[in-house]
Amino acid sequence: MISKKEVQHIAKLARLSLTPKEAKKMEKELSSVLDYIDKLKEINTDDIQPISQITGLKNVIRNDEKYEKYEVKKERIKIRNKLLKLAPETKDGYLKVKSIIKKTTKNK
Amino acid sequence: MKLFELNIEEAHQGLVEKEFTSEELTQAVLEQIEKKDKDIFAYLTVTPELALKKAKEIDAGIARGDQIHPLAGIPLAVKDNILAEGIKCTAGSKILENYIAPYNATVIEKLKEVGAIIVGKTNLDEFAMGSSGENSALRPTKNPYDLERVPGGSSSGSAAAVASNQCICALGSDTGGSIRQPAGFCGVIGLKPTYGAVSRYGLIAMASSLDQIGPVTKTVKDAKIVFEVIRGKDPLDSTSVESNVQNLKSNIQNLRIGIPKECFSEGIDRKVEKVVKEAIDKFVKLGASVEEVSLPHLPYSLASYYIIMPSEASANLARYDGIRFGFTKTNPKFQNPSNKTQNLIDGYFKTRGEGFGEEVRRRIMLGTYALSAGYYEAYYLKAQKVRALIKEDFNKVFSKIDILLMPTSPTLPFKLGEKTKDPLSMYLSDIYTVSINLAGLPGLSIPCGKINNLPVGLQIIGKPFSEELLFQVGQIFEQSNT
Repeated sequence: MISKKEVQHIAKLARLSLTPKEAKKMEKELSSVLDYIDKLKEINTDDIQPISQITGLKNVIRNDEKYEKYEVKKERIKIRNKLLKLAPETKDGYLKVKSIIKKTTKNK
Repeated sequence: MKLFELNIEEAHQGLVEKEFTSEELTQAVLEQIEKKDKDIFAYLTVTPELALKKAKEIDAGIARGDQIHPLAGIPLAVKDNILAEGIKCTAGSKILENYIAPYNATVIEKLKEVGAIIVGKTNLDEFAMGSSGENSALRPTKNPYDLERVPGGSSSGSAAAVASNQCICALGSDTGGSIRQPAGFCGVIGLKPTYGAVSRYGLIAMASSLDQIGPVTKTVKDAKIVFEVIRGKDPLDSTSVESNVQNLKSNIQNLRIGIPKECFSEGIDRKVEKVVKEAIDKFVKLGASVEEVSLPHLPYSLASYYIIMPSEASANLARYDGIRFGFTKTNPKFQNPSNKTQNLIDGYFKTRGEGFGEEVRRRIMLGTYALSAGYYEAYYLKAQKVRALIKEDFNKVFSKIDILLMPTSPTLPFKLGEKTKDPLSMYLSDIYTVSINLAGLPGLSIPCGKINNLPVGLQIIGKPFSEELLFQVGQIFEQSNT
Protein backbone atom coordinates (compact mmCIF):
# COMPACT_ATOMS: atom_id res chain seq x y z
CA MET A 1 0.00 0.00 0.00
CA ILE A 2 1.04 3.53 -0.71
CA SER A 3 -0.65 6.63 0.68
CA LYS A 4 -1.81 9.73 -1.15
CA LYS A 5 0.84 11.75 0.69
CA GLU A 6 3.57 9.33 -0.44
CA VAL A 7 2.38 9.52 -4.06
CA GLN A 8 2.68 13.31 -3.93
CA HIS A 9 6.12 13.12 -2.32
CA ILE A 10 7.41 10.59 -4.91
CA ALA A 11 6.00 12.64 -7.80
CA LYS A 12 7.91 15.61 -6.47
CA LEU A 13 11.15 13.61 -6.22
CA ALA A 14 10.63 12.30 -9.78
CA ARG A 15 9.79 15.80 -11.10
CA LEU A 16 6.41 14.75 -12.48
CA SER A 17 3.34 16.93 -12.32
CA LEU A 18 0.19 14.94 -11.55
CA THR A 19 -3.36 16.25 -11.53
CA PRO A 20 -5.39 15.23 -8.43
CA LYS A 21 -7.25 12.70 -10.60
CA GLU A 22 -3.99 11.22 -11.92
CA ALA A 23 -2.58 11.07 -8.39
CA LYS A 24 -5.59 9.14 -7.19
CA LYS A 25 -5.30 6.62 -10.03
CA MET A 26 -1.55 6.32 -9.40
CA GLU A 27 -2.20 5.58 -5.72
CA LYS A 28 -4.51 2.71 -6.60
CA GLU A 29 -2.30 1.24 -9.33
CA LEU A 30 0.98 1.48 -7.42
CA SER A 31 -0.65 -0.11 -4.38
CA SER A 32 -1.78 -3.11 -6.39
CA VAL A 33 1.70 -3.58 -7.93
CA LEU A 34 3.40 -3.15 -4.53
CA ASP A 35 1.06 -5.74 -3.02
CA TYR A 36 2.16 -8.19 -5.69
CA ILE A 37 5.83 -7.34 -5.10
CA ASP A 38 5.39 -8.10 -1.41
CA LYS A 39 5.65 -11.79 -2.27
CA LEU A 40 9.44 -11.24 -2.27
CA LYS A 41 9.16 -11.21 1.53
CA GLU A 42 8.43 -14.95 1.43
CA ILE A 43 12.07 -15.60 0.52
CA ASN A 44 14.78 -15.64 3.15
CA THR A 45 17.71 -13.64 1.75
CA ASP A 46 19.73 -13.17 4.96
CA ASP A 47 23.04 -14.52 3.67
CA ILE A 48 22.62 -13.60 0.03
CA GLN A 49 24.92 -11.10 -1.70
CA PRO A 50 22.89 -8.79 -3.94
CA ILE A 51 23.85 -8.50 -7.62
CA SER A 52 23.36 -5.42 -9.73
CA GLN A 53 24.56 -6.92 -13.01
CA ILE A 54 25.43 -10.35 -14.30
CA THR A 55 28.64 -10.09 -16.34
CA GLY A 56 30.85 -9.50 -13.29
CA LEU A 57 32.70 -6.68 -15.05
CA LYS A 58 34.27 -4.11 -12.75
CA ASN A 59 34.80 -0.38 -13.28
CA VAL A 60 35.64 -0.09 -16.96
CA ILE A 61 37.25 3.33 -17.20
CA ARG A 62 38.99 5.19 -19.98
CA ASN A 63 42.33 6.93 -19.63
CA ASP A 64 42.10 10.48 -18.40
CA GLU A 65 43.75 12.11 -21.40
CA LYS A 66 43.64 15.59 -22.79
CA TYR A 67 42.61 15.90 -26.41
CA GLU A 68 45.38 18.05 -27.87
CA LYS A 69 45.24 17.09 -31.49
CA TYR A 70 43.68 19.69 -33.73
CA GLU A 71 41.66 17.11 -35.73
CA VAL A 72 40.20 15.65 -32.54
CA LYS A 73 39.29 19.09 -31.24
CA LYS A 74 37.73 20.03 -34.56
CA GLU A 75 35.70 16.79 -34.57
CA ARG A 76 34.50 17.46 -31.02
CA ILE A 77 33.36 20.97 -31.90
CA LYS A 78 31.42 19.50 -34.82
CA ILE A 79 29.70 17.00 -32.52
CA ARG A 80 28.99 19.73 -29.95
CA ASN A 81 27.29 21.91 -32.54
CA LYS A 82 25.24 18.97 -33.78
CA LEU A 83 24.02 18.20 -30.26
CA LEU A 84 23.31 21.85 -29.49
CA LYS A 85 20.96 21.96 -32.47
CA LEU A 86 18.72 19.48 -30.63
CA ALA A 87 18.28 21.75 -27.63
CA PRO A 88 15.12 23.81 -27.28
CA GLU A 89 17.07 26.95 -26.33
CA THR A 90 20.75 27.86 -26.67
CA LYS A 91 22.81 31.01 -26.33
CA ASP A 92 26.41 31.60 -27.47
CA GLY A 93 27.08 27.88 -27.84
CA TYR A 94 25.63 26.98 -24.45
CA LEU A 95 22.36 25.44 -23.34
CA LYS A 96 19.96 27.99 -21.98
CA VAL A 97 18.48 27.08 -18.62
CA LYS A 98 15.55 28.67 -16.86
CA SER A 99 16.39 30.98 -13.99
CA ILE A 100 17.31 29.42 -10.69
CA ILE A 101 18.29 32.48 -8.68
CA LYS A 102 16.10 35.54 -8.64
CA LYS A 103 17.57 38.58 -10.31
CA THR A 104 18.05 41.47 -7.90
CA THR A 105 19.17 44.97 -8.52
CA LYS A 106 22.42 45.97 -6.94
CA ASN A 107 22.23 48.38 -4.05
CA LYS A 108 24.83 51.06 -3.95
CA MET B 1 6.38 -16.25 -54.44
CA LYS B 2 6.33 -12.47 -54.12
CA LEU B 3 9.66 -10.73 -53.48
CA PHE B 4 8.54 -9.31 -50.11
CA GLU B 5 7.72 -12.82 -48.89
CA LEU B 6 11.33 -13.95 -49.16
CA ASN B 7 13.55 -14.52 -46.15
CA ILE B 8 17.15 -13.23 -45.93
CA GLU B 9 18.72 -16.39 -47.33
CA GLU B 10 16.34 -16.58 -50.31
CA ALA B 11 16.60 -12.87 -51.05
CA HIS B 12 20.41 -13.03 -50.91
CA GLN B 13 20.45 -15.93 -53.34
CA GLY B 14 18.15 -14.04 -55.72
CA LEU B 15 20.44 -11.00 -55.59
CA VAL B 16 23.60 -13.01 -56.17
CA GLU B 17 22.05 -14.96 -59.04
CA LYS B 18 20.74 -11.69 -60.51
CA GLU B 19 17.13 -12.90 -60.56
CA PHE B 20 16.15 -9.46 -59.26
CA THR B 21 17.88 -6.33 -58.01
CA SER B 22 17.97 -4.86 -54.52
CA GLU B 23 16.02 -1.91 -55.91
CA GLU B 24 13.23 -4.24 -57.06
CA LEU B 25 13.25 -6.06 -53.72
CA THR B 26 13.18 -2.78 -51.77
CA GLN B 27 10.45 -1.41 -54.03
CA ALA B 28 8.37 -4.55 -53.44
CA VAL B 29 8.72 -4.16 -49.66
CA LEU B 30 7.84 -0.44 -49.84
CA GLU B 31 4.72 -1.26 -51.88
CA GLN B 32 3.73 -3.87 -49.32
CA ILE B 33 4.10 -1.21 -46.57
CA GLU B 34 1.95 1.14 -48.62
CA LYS B 35 -0.70 -1.53 -48.96
CA LYS B 36 -0.65 -3.13 -45.51
CA ASP B 37 0.43 -0.59 -42.97
CA LYS B 38 -2.71 1.52 -42.94
CA ASP B 39 -4.32 -1.42 -41.13
CA ILE B 40 -1.39 -2.72 -39.09
CA PHE B 41 0.51 0.46 -38.07
CA ALA B 42 3.85 -1.28 -37.75
CA TYR B 43 5.82 1.77 -38.86
CA LEU B 44 6.28 5.20 -37.34
CA THR B 45 8.63 6.42 -40.07
CA VAL B 46 9.24 5.01 -43.56
CA THR B 47 12.35 6.17 -45.46
CA PRO B 48 11.76 5.24 -49.14
CA GLU B 49 14.24 7.71 -50.72
CA LEU B 50 17.12 6.73 -48.45
CA ALA B 51 16.32 3.04 -48.91
CA LEU B 52 16.11 3.14 -52.72
CA LYS B 53 19.30 5.22 -52.99
CA LYS B 54 21.18 2.68 -50.90
CA ALA B 55 19.66 -0.23 -52.86
CA LYS B 56 20.94 1.25 -56.14
CA GLU B 57 24.44 1.45 -54.65
CA ILE B 58 24.30 -2.23 -53.72
CA ASP B 59 23.01 -3.11 -57.19
CA ALA B 60 25.93 -1.22 -58.75
CA GLY B 61 28.30 -3.29 -56.61
CA ILE B 62 26.66 -6.54 -57.66
CA ALA B 63 26.84 -5.47 -61.33
CA ARG B 64 30.58 -4.82 -60.86
CA GLY B 65 30.94 -8.37 -59.60
CA ASP B 66 31.49 -7.54 -55.89
CA GLN B 67 31.17 -10.32 -53.35
CA ILE B 68 28.24 -9.30 -51.18
CA HIS B 69 27.37 -10.02 -47.56
CA PRO B 70 24.16 -12.05 -46.95
CA LEU B 71 22.55 -8.86 -45.60
CA ALA B 72 23.64 -6.56 -48.44
CA GLY B 73 20.65 -5.09 -50.24
CA ILE B 74 18.19 -6.62 -47.75
CA PRO B 75 15.34 -4.36 -46.51
CA LEU B 76 15.46 -4.09 -42.73
CA ALA B 77 13.11 -2.43 -40.21
CA VAL B 78 14.46 -0.89 -37.01
CA LYS B 79 12.64 -0.42 -33.71
CA ASP B 80 12.21 3.27 -33.06
CA ASN B 81 14.33 3.28 -29.90
CA ILE B 82 17.54 2.53 -31.86
CA LEU B 83 19.28 5.59 -33.32
CA ALA B 84 19.90 5.83 -37.08
CA GLU B 85 21.61 9.10 -37.97
CA GLY B 86 19.44 11.72 -39.65
CA ILE B 87 16.22 9.76 -39.11
CA LYS B 88 13.62 10.66 -36.49
CA CYS B 89 13.80 8.51 -33.34
CA THR B 90 10.78 8.89 -31.08
CA ALA B 91 10.89 5.89 -28.72
CA GLY B 92 7.11 6.00 -29.25
CA SER B 93 6.98 9.01 -26.92
CA LYS B 94 5.65 12.53 -27.14
CA ILE B 95 8.77 13.72 -25.32
CA LEU B 96 10.90 12.71 -28.36
CA GLU B 97 8.34 13.27 -31.13
CA ASN B 98 10.62 15.61 -33.08
CA TYR B 99 14.00 14.15 -32.10
CA ILE B 100 16.33 13.51 -35.05
CA ALA B 101 19.07 11.00 -34.20
CA PRO B 102 22.45 12.80 -34.29
CA TYR B 103 24.46 9.57 -34.62
CA ASN B 104 24.18 5.87 -35.42
CA ALA B 105 23.79 3.13 -32.85
CA THR B 106 26.67 0.64 -33.11
CA VAL B 107 24.30 -2.04 -34.45
CA ILE B 108 23.18 0.37 -37.22
CA GLU B 109 26.80 1.22 -38.01
CA LYS B 110 27.54 -2.51 -38.36
CA LEU B 111 24.45 -3.27 -40.46
CA LYS B 112 25.14 -0.33 -42.78
CA GLU B 113 28.71 -1.51 -43.21
CA VAL B 114 27.53 -4.84 -44.64
CA GLY B 115 24.99 -3.07 -46.87
CA ALA B 116 21.64 -3.69 -45.16
CA ILE B 117 18.88 -1.29 -46.28
CA ILE B 118 16.89 0.53 -43.59
CA VAL B 119 13.31 0.95 -44.83
CA GLY B 120 11.87 2.52 -41.70
CA LYS B 121 11.47 2.78 -37.95
CA THR B 122 8.90 0.61 -36.21
CA ASN B 123 6.29 1.30 -33.59
CA LEU B 124 6.74 0.33 -29.94
CA ASP B 125 5.33 0.80 -26.47
CA GLU B 126 6.58 4.17 -25.22
CA PHE B 127 10.25 3.80 -24.19
CA ALA B 128 9.82 0.04 -24.71
CA MET B 129 7.56 -0.15 -21.65
CA GLY B 130 4.71 -2.52 -22.34
CA SER B 131 3.65 -5.96 -23.50
CA SER B 132 1.03 -5.12 -26.12
CA GLY B 133 2.18 -2.17 -28.21
CA GLU B 134 -0.77 -0.17 -26.85
CA ASN B 135 1.46 2.21 -24.86
CA SER B 136 2.76 3.84 -28.04
CA ALA B 137 2.00 7.55 -27.73
CA LEU B 138 1.17 7.62 -31.42
CA ARG B 139 -1.09 4.63 -32.14
CA PRO B 140 -1.24 0.92 -31.31
CA THR B 141 0.07 -1.69 -33.76
CA LYS B 142 -2.32 -4.53 -34.71
CA ASN B 143 -1.58 -8.25 -34.88
CA PRO B 144 -1.41 -9.31 -38.57
CA TYR B 145 -3.12 -12.61 -37.65
CA ASP B 146 -6.15 -10.81 -36.20
CA LEU B 147 -6.49 -7.04 -36.37
CA GLU B 148 -8.57 -6.96 -33.18
CA ARG B 149 -5.69 -8.43 -31.22
CA VAL B 150 -2.39 -7.02 -29.97
CA PRO B 151 0.92 -8.02 -31.59
CA GLY B 152 2.65 -8.11 -28.20
CA GLY B 153 5.28 -5.64 -27.08
CA SER B 154 7.25 -3.70 -26.71
CA SER B 155 8.79 -4.51 -30.15
CA SER B 156 5.25 -4.51 -31.54
CA GLY B 157 6.03 -2.89 -34.89
CA SER B 158 9.11 -5.00 -35.61
CA ALA B 159 7.29 -8.31 -35.01
CA ALA B 160 4.16 -7.20 -36.92
CA ALA B 161 6.26 -5.87 -39.83
CA VAL B 162 8.13 -9.18 -40.21
CA ALA B 163 4.91 -11.21 -39.89
CA SER B 164 3.11 -9.12 -42.55
CA ASN B 165 6.09 -9.10 -44.96
CA GLN B 166 6.58 -5.35 -44.60
CA CYS B 167 10.33 -5.99 -44.28
CA ILE B 168 12.62 -8.99 -44.71
CA CYS B 169 13.96 -8.76 -41.16
CA ALA B 170 13.93 -6.36 -38.22
CA LEU B 171 15.71 -5.26 -35.06
CA GLY B 172 14.00 -5.15 -31.69
CA SER B 173 15.09 -4.64 -28.10
CA ASP B 174 14.34 -6.87 -25.13
CA THR B 175 14.40 -5.81 -21.46
CA GLY B 176 11.93 -8.34 -20.04
CA GLY B 177 10.55 -10.13 -23.10
CA SER B 178 10.08 -7.29 -25.60
CA ILE B 179 11.53 -9.25 -28.55
CA ARG B 180 10.41 -12.78 -27.63
CA GLN B 181 6.80 -12.11 -26.56
CA PRO B 182 5.80 -10.15 -29.71
CA ALA B 183 7.69 -12.67 -31.87
CA GLY B 184 5.61 -15.40 -30.19
CA PHE B 185 2.35 -13.46 -30.68
CA CYS B 186 3.13 -12.78 -34.36
CA GLY B 187 4.45 -16.23 -35.28
CA VAL B 188 8.01 -15.12 -36.11
CA ILE B 189 11.51 -15.74 -34.72
CA GLY B 190 12.94 -13.47 -32.01
CA LEU B 191 16.31 -13.65 -30.25
CA LYS B 192 17.22 -11.95 -26.96
CA PRO B 193 21.01 -12.33 -26.96
CA THR B 194 23.15 -12.94 -23.87
CA TYR B 195 23.57 -9.72 -21.90
CA GLY B 196 26.72 -8.02 -23.24
CA ALA B 197 26.77 -9.92 -26.55
CA VAL B 198 25.44 -6.93 -28.50
CA SER B 199 26.41 -3.28 -27.95
CA ARG B 200 23.72 -1.07 -26.45
CA TYR B 201 25.36 2.13 -27.72
CA GLY B 202 22.65 4.18 -29.41
CA LEU B 203 19.78 2.21 -27.88
CA ILE B 204 17.54 4.55 -25.89
CA ALA B 205 18.12 3.18 -22.39
CA MET B 206 15.32 1.71 -20.31
CA ALA B 207 16.92 -0.65 -17.74
CA SER B 208 20.63 -0.80 -18.47
CA SER B 209 21.43 -4.08 -16.70
CA LEU B 210 18.69 -5.87 -18.68
CA ASP B 211 18.41 -4.22 -22.14
CA GLN B 212 19.67 -6.06 -25.23
CA ILE B 213 19.14 -5.50 -28.97
CA GLY B 214 18.31 -8.56 -31.07
CA PRO B 215 16.88 -9.75 -34.39
CA VAL B 216 13.27 -10.48 -35.38
CA THR B 217 13.19 -12.69 -38.49
CA LYS B 218 11.25 -15.20 -40.56
CA THR B 219 13.63 -18.13 -40.00
CA VAL B 220 16.14 -19.25 -37.36
CA LYS B 221 18.97 -19.13 -39.92
CA ASP B 222 18.08 -15.47 -40.61
CA ALA B 223 18.27 -14.64 -36.89
CA LYS B 224 21.77 -16.16 -36.87
CA ILE B 225 22.81 -14.07 -39.91
CA VAL B 226 21.70 -10.80 -38.25
CA PHE B 227 23.09 -11.74 -34.83
CA GLU B 228 26.53 -12.49 -36.24
CA VAL B 229 26.70 -9.01 -37.75
CA ILE B 230 25.57 -7.07 -34.68
CA ARG B 231 27.38 -9.02 -31.92
CA GLY B 232 30.79 -8.22 -30.45
CA LYS B 233 32.60 -5.95 -28.02
CA ASP B 234 32.20 -2.24 -28.59
CA PRO B 235 34.45 0.36 -26.95
CA LEU B 236 31.39 2.63 -26.78
CA ASP B 237 29.51 0.19 -24.52
CA SER B 238 31.71 -0.83 -21.60
CA THR B 239 29.32 -3.66 -20.64
CA SER B 240 29.71 -5.36 -24.03
CA VAL B 241 31.98 -8.38 -24.27
CA GLU B 242 33.60 -10.33 -27.08
CA SER B 243 31.97 -13.71 -27.47
CA ASN B 244 33.56 -16.53 -29.37
CA VAL B 245 31.65 -17.93 -32.29
CA GLN B 246 31.27 -21.53 -31.30
CA ASN B 247 31.74 -23.99 -34.06
CA LEU B 248 29.75 -26.81 -32.62
CA LYS B 249 27.88 -29.61 -34.24
CA SER B 250 25.19 -30.59 -31.84
CA ASN B 251 23.62 -33.97 -32.09
CA ILE B 252 20.01 -34.08 -31.04
CA GLN B 253 20.54 -37.52 -29.49
CA ASN B 254 23.09 -36.06 -27.08
CA LEU B 255 20.97 -33.07 -26.23
CA ARG B 256 19.76 -32.82 -22.63
CA ILE B 257 16.63 -30.69 -22.36
CA GLY B 258 15.16 -29.39 -19.11
CA ILE B 259 11.55 -28.41 -18.58
CA PRO B 260 11.07 -26.14 -15.54
CA LYS B 261 8.12 -27.55 -13.63
CA GLU B 262 7.30 -24.06 -12.26
CA CYS B 263 6.24 -23.02 -15.78
CA PHE B 264 3.11 -25.08 -15.95
CA SER B 265 1.78 -24.46 -12.46
CA GLU B 266 -0.57 -21.48 -12.51
CA GLY B 267 -1.87 -18.78 -14.79
CA ILE B 268 -1.13 -20.57 -18.07
CA ASP B 269 -3.83 -20.93 -20.70
CA ARG B 270 -4.40 -24.72 -20.90
CA LYS B 271 -4.59 -24.60 -24.71
CA VAL B 272 -1.18 -22.90 -24.85
CA GLU B 273 0.18 -25.48 -22.42
CA LYS B 274 -1.04 -28.31 -24.67
CA VAL B 275 0.63 -26.89 -27.81
CA VAL B 276 3.91 -26.27 -25.95
CA LYS B 277 3.87 -29.79 -24.49
CA GLU B 278 3.28 -31.26 -27.95
CA ALA B 279 6.33 -29.33 -29.16
CA ILE B 280 8.35 -30.75 -26.29
CA ASP B 281 7.16 -34.26 -27.24
CA LYS B 282 8.48 -33.65 -30.72
CA PHE B 283 11.97 -33.20 -29.25
CA VAL B 284 11.56 -36.52 -27.45
CA LYS B 285 10.58 -38.18 -30.75
CA LEU B 286 13.62 -36.64 -32.41
CA GLY B 287 15.75 -38.43 -29.81
CA ALA B 288 16.59 -35.77 -27.24
CA SER B 289 16.51 -36.62 -23.57
CA VAL B 290 13.94 -34.49 -21.76
CA GLU B 291 13.70 -34.17 -18.00
CA GLU B 292 11.77 -32.07 -15.55
CA VAL B 293 13.90 -29.58 -13.61
CA SER B 294 13.18 -27.06 -10.89
CA LEU B 295 13.89 -23.33 -10.79
CA PRO B 296 12.50 -22.69 -7.30
CA HIS B 297 12.78 -18.88 -7.48
CA LEU B 298 11.19 -18.55 -10.92
CA PRO B 299 7.79 -17.63 -9.43
CA TYR B 300 9.48 -14.59 -7.82
CA SER B 301 11.19 -13.31 -10.97
CA LEU B 302 8.38 -10.97 -12.03
CA ALA B 303 8.25 -9.32 -8.59
CA SER B 304 12.03 -8.86 -8.58
CA TYR B 305 11.92 -7.54 -12.16
CA TYR B 306 9.23 -4.98 -11.33
CA ILE B 307 11.56 -3.42 -8.76
CA ILE B 308 14.85 -3.58 -10.65
CA MET B 309 13.54 -2.46 -14.06
CA PRO B 310 11.60 0.63 -12.86
CA SER B 311 14.47 1.61 -10.55
CA GLU B 312 16.93 1.64 -13.43
CA ALA B 313 14.37 3.26 -15.73
CA SER B 314 13.60 6.07 -13.29
CA ALA B 315 17.31 6.95 -13.25
CA ASN B 316 17.73 6.60 -17.04
CA LEU B 317 14.70 8.76 -17.79
CA ALA B 318 15.94 11.59 -15.58
CA ARG B 319 17.71 12.91 -18.68
CA TYR B 320 14.42 14.09 -20.25
CA ASP B 321 14.48 17.51 -18.65
CA GLY B 322 13.29 19.70 -21.53
CA ILE B 323 16.65 21.47 -21.57
CA ARG B 324 19.07 19.49 -23.72
CA PHE B 325 16.77 17.81 -26.26
CA GLY B 326 13.21 16.72 -26.80
CA PHE B 327 9.88 18.18 -25.85
CA THR B 328 9.86 21.21 -23.59
CA LYS B 329 6.89 22.82 -21.95
CA THR B 330 6.78 26.41 -20.93
CA ASN B 331 3.68 27.45 -19.15
CA PRO B 332 2.90 31.14 -18.77
CA LYS B 333 1.24 30.34 -15.46
CA PHE B 334 4.62 29.56 -13.98
CA GLN B 335 6.33 32.67 -15.23
CA ASN B 336 7.83 34.90 -12.69
CA PRO B 337 6.37 38.34 -13.41
CA SER B 338 9.36 40.21 -11.99
CA ASN B 339 11.83 39.04 -14.64
CA LYS B 340 9.64 37.28 -17.22
CA THR B 341 11.53 34.02 -16.91
CA GLN B 342 10.24 30.65 -15.98
CA ASN B 343 11.30 28.87 -12.87
CA LEU B 344 13.61 25.89 -13.57
CA ILE B 345 11.85 23.32 -11.43
CA ASP B 346 8.39 24.18 -12.76
CA GLY B 347 9.73 23.55 -16.26
CA TYR B 348 10.78 20.04 -15.19
CA PHE B 349 7.38 19.24 -13.70
CA LYS B 350 5.47 20.43 -16.74
CA THR B 351 7.76 18.96 -19.38
CA ARG B 352 7.89 15.53 -17.76
CA GLY B 353 4.29 15.48 -16.60
CA GLU B 354 3.00 16.16 -20.10
CA GLY B 355 5.74 14.58 -22.21
CA PHE B 356 5.57 11.10 -20.65
CA GLY B 357 2.62 8.77 -21.06
CA GLU B 358 0.82 6.91 -18.29
CA GLU B 359 2.86 3.72 -18.18
CA VAL B 360 6.17 5.59 -18.28
CA ARG B 361 5.07 7.81 -15.40
CA ARG B 362 3.92 4.74 -13.48
CA ARG B 363 7.32 3.07 -13.82
CA ILE B 364 9.22 6.25 -12.95
CA MET B 365 7.07 6.55 -9.82
CA LEU B 366 7.57 2.89 -8.89
CA GLY B 367 11.33 3.13 -9.39
CA THR B 368 11.65 6.40 -7.51
CA TYR B 369 9.66 4.87 -4.64
CA ALA B 370 11.81 1.72 -4.52
CA LEU B 371 15.00 3.78 -4.43
CA SER B 372 13.80 6.42 -1.99
CA ALA B 373 15.00 6.72 1.59
CA GLY B 374 13.40 4.15 3.86
CA TYR B 375 12.39 1.78 1.05
CA TYR B 376 15.72 1.05 -0.63
CA GLU B 377 16.53 -2.00 1.51
CA ALA B 378 13.01 -3.40 1.62
CA TYR B 379 12.57 -3.18 -2.15
CA TYR B 380 15.65 -2.54 -4.28
CA LEU B 381 18.20 -4.46 -2.22
CA LYS B 382 15.75 -7.31 -1.65
CA ALA B 383 15.06 -7.55 -5.40
CA GLN B 384 18.79 -7.67 -6.14
CA LYS B 385 19.24 -10.52 -3.66
CA VAL B 386 16.38 -12.43 -5.27
CA ARG B 387 18.02 -11.75 -8.64
CA ALA B 388 21.15 -13.47 -7.30
CA LEU B 389 19.05 -16.48 -6.28
CA ILE B 390 17.39 -16.66 -9.70
CA LYS B 391 20.76 -16.57 -11.42
CA GLU B 392 21.99 -19.34 -9.10
CA ASP B 393 18.93 -21.48 -9.95
CA PHE B 394 19.83 -21.29 -13.64
CA ASN B 395 23.53 -22.01 -12.94
CA LYS B 396 22.57 -25.17 -11.07
CA VAL B 397 20.19 -26.39 -13.76
CA PHE B 398 22.70 -25.75 -16.54
CA SER B 399 25.27 -27.98 -14.82
CA LYS B 400 23.19 -31.00 -15.85
CA ILE B 401 21.23 -29.95 -18.92
CA ASP B 402 22.06 -28.09 -22.19
CA ILE B 403 18.92 -26.10 -22.86
CA LEU B 404 15.60 -25.24 -21.26
CA LEU B 405 12.27 -25.19 -23.06
CA MET B 406 9.48 -22.93 -21.84
CA PRO B 407 6.39 -21.25 -23.24
CA THR B 408 7.18 -17.71 -24.45
CA SER B 409 3.92 -16.37 -23.08
CA PRO B 410 1.20 -17.78 -20.80
CA THR B 411 -1.62 -16.71 -23.13
CA LEU B 412 -2.55 -16.27 -26.78
CA PRO B 413 -2.48 -12.75 -28.26
CA PHE B 414 -5.19 -10.89 -26.37
CA LYS B 415 -7.68 -8.29 -27.60
CA LEU B 416 -6.78 -4.60 -27.79
CA GLY B 417 -7.94 -2.89 -24.61
CA GLU B 418 -8.29 -6.17 -22.72
CA LYS B 419 -5.47 -5.50 -20.24
CA THR B 420 -4.96 -1.73 -20.38
CA LYS B 421 -7.20 -1.06 -17.38
CA ASP B 422 -5.18 -3.23 -15.03
CA PRO B 423 -1.39 -2.70 -15.23
CA LEU B 424 -0.63 -5.80 -13.14
CA SER B 425 -2.50 -8.14 -15.52
CA MET B 426 -0.43 -6.66 -18.37
CA TYR B 427 2.81 -7.21 -16.39
CA LEU B 428 1.89 -10.89 -15.95
CA SER B 429 2.23 -11.35 -19.75
CA ASP B 430 6.00 -11.36 -19.17
CA ILE B 431 6.03 -14.04 -16.49
CA TYR B 432 8.11 -16.51 -18.58
CA THR B 433 10.48 -14.01 -20.15
CA VAL B 434 11.73 -11.66 -17.41
CA SER B 435 13.81 -14.25 -15.55
CA ILE B 436 15.99 -14.70 -18.65
CA ASN B 437 16.91 -10.99 -18.60
CA LEU B 438 17.53 -11.03 -14.84
CA ALA B 439 19.97 -13.93 -15.34
CA GLY B 440 21.45 -12.41 -18.52
CA LEU B 441 20.84 -15.56 -20.58
CA PRO B 442 20.11 -15.88 -24.31
CA GLY B 443 16.53 -16.79 -25.27
CA LEU B 444 15.14 -17.66 -28.68
CA SER B 445 11.39 -17.66 -29.36
CA ILE B 446 10.17 -19.80 -32.24
CA PRO B 447 6.62 -20.54 -33.44
CA CYS B 448 5.51 -23.99 -32.27
CA GLY B 449 1.89 -24.20 -33.35
CA LYS B 450 -1.40 -22.34 -33.63
CA ILE B 451 -4.73 -22.25 -31.85
CA ASN B 452 -7.62 -20.90 -33.96
CA ASN B 453 -5.07 -19.36 -36.32
CA LEU B 454 -3.29 -17.55 -33.44
CA PRO B 455 0.43 -18.36 -33.05
CA VAL B 456 2.03 -19.92 -29.96
CA GLY B 457 5.69 -19.31 -29.15
CA LEU B 458 8.23 -21.72 -27.67
CA GLN B 459 11.22 -20.33 -25.82
CA ILE B 460 14.63 -22.01 -26.05
CA ILE B 461 17.01 -20.86 -23.31
CA GLY B 462 20.71 -21.59 -22.99
CA LYS B 463 23.80 -20.78 -20.95
CA PRO B 464 25.45 -17.38 -21.49
CA PHE B 465 26.88 -17.11 -25.01
CA SER B 466 25.29 -20.34 -26.23
CA GLU B 467 23.42 -18.63 -29.09
CA GLU B 468 24.93 -21.04 -31.61
CA LEU B 469 23.36 -24.01 -29.81
CA LEU B 470 20.00 -22.21 -29.66
CA PHE B 471 20.12 -21.64 -33.43
CA GLN B 472 20.93 -25.30 -34.09
CA VAL B 473 18.16 -26.58 -31.83
CA GLY B 474 15.75 -24.03 -33.33
CA GLN B 475 16.62 -25.12 -36.84
CA ILE B 476 16.14 -28.79 -36.02
CA PHE B 477 12.65 -27.99 -34.70
CA GLU B 478 11.89 -25.72 -37.65
CA GLN B 479 12.86 -28.43 -40.15
CA SER B 480 10.85 -31.11 -38.35
CA ASN B 481 7.75 -28.97 -38.98
CA THR B 482 8.17 -28.59 -42.72
